[in-house]
Amino acid sequence: MTGLGALFLSAAFVDNMPLTLFLGLCTFLALSRSPEAALGLGVAMTGVLGVTVPLNHLVYTYLLAPDAWAWAGLPEIDLSYLSLIAFIGVIAASVQLLEMLLDRFLPAIHAAFGVFLPLLTVQCAILAGSLFMVERSYTLAQSAVFGLGSGAGFALAVAMLGSIRTRLAYADLPAGLRGLGIAFVLTGLMSLGFAAFAQMAAAE
Amino acid sequence: MARTTDPWRTLTDPLIRQNPVTLQILGICSALAVTTTLATAVTMSVALTVVLTLAAGLVSAIRRHIPDTIRLIVQIVIVASLVIVIDQVLQAYFAEISRALSVYVGLITTNCLVLGRTEAYARHHAPLPAMIDAFGNGLGYSLVLVFVGAVREFFGKGELFGATVLPLVDEGGWFTPLSLMLLAPSAFFLLGLLVWALRSVLPEQSEAPEHTPPLRTEPAE
Repeated sequence: MTGLGALFLSAAFVDNMPLTLFLGLCTFLALSRSPEAALGLGVAMTGVLGVTVPLNHLVYTYLLAPDAWAWAGLPEIDLSYLSLIAFIGVIAASVQLLEMLLDRFLPAIHAAFGVFLPLLTVQCAILAGSLFMVERSYTLAQSAVFGLGSGAGFALAVAMLGSIRTRLAYADLPAGLRGLGIAFVLTGLMSLGFAAFAQMAAAE
Repeated sequence: MARTTDPWRTLTDPLIRQNPVTLQILGICSALAVTTTLATAVTMSVALTVVLTLAAGLVSAIRRHIPDTIRLIVQIVIVASLVIVIDQVLQAYFAEISRALSVYVGLITTNCLVLGRTEAYARHHAPLPAMIDAFGNGLGYSLVLVFVGAVREFFGKGELFGATVLPLVDEGGWFTPLSLMLLAPSAFFLLGLLVWALRSVLPEQSEAPEHTPPLRTEPAE
């Protein structure tokens, strides 16, 4: 149990997707103009990552991994080179499904967060979650925790950046630095802060 | 989007004026992750430019046959197939660099730059202009990558392409490497400063303030 808890914390803080691994930055920067939008994006990310990483784990282990077809008498079939297409397909399908389910059963949540869902199909952080899952050979439980953890880390980071950017109203920035420029610098400062978590993990 | 048909403008506009990374906020993830050394930055740029150009050509060639509702999936499948080919080529011939790039080659699939250009340009234009536009955007992206990669490797290790330029203190030289340059935050700072520099030269790119302070209801003491 402690193993899973530690994995959740490490996925959320030490390997924070946008701040230490540079993943999902496009949406991270584009949608952090206001804290509300940022929070919506974060919640949507957590949901989608928590669903797709374990799903892709199942797809990989039972369909694509080198020994997956041994039970059918075809031990030499190795489909792992197809994983990229398979993962993207799973992600696109589950995002679509999630959007339809939310629309049908929880229209209030859909109205608040629904606009971000289609964007998440092409979010690098989501695909990367699945790719890391294969690279580090997690079990099913581990991949679910890893997905939720990295989603939570992303939500935390994007909500923080959104709040900081609101406070920029009080800062008199040079014209060229406004918007994207200062967002990069802020992200860099936050990334410095998160580097401390990596030090804590290394010190243990 | 400039509605110009002049191929030279289509090619050169994305280099500086419509740069995909600094103005359109596209393809930033990989731009930062792979720029610790110049060699990986150049490999990534070439891989991305090839994928982008071919994908734009293909999408544009079948643009009249893609139903609107499933166009995203069709485009992603085209891009993903191209990326798998590139990934296999890199693993076969540049094993060292392929390991350094790790998952980021696979992530070209979801690089918003590729999908952004196929969605915004290739879907409405003939194959040749679409490929020129894609190639120009690939070059613009490469410019930023090579610049950031060069700065980070030069100041972080005193090397360019792995060849020593500034002799390090450890090896009897005088240059103390700035190890911060090799860590994540420096990439953000460099890109932020690059955006600032570009917008000082081209002031029409700067954005309006995002938030204004709330009006004071009581006079100050």
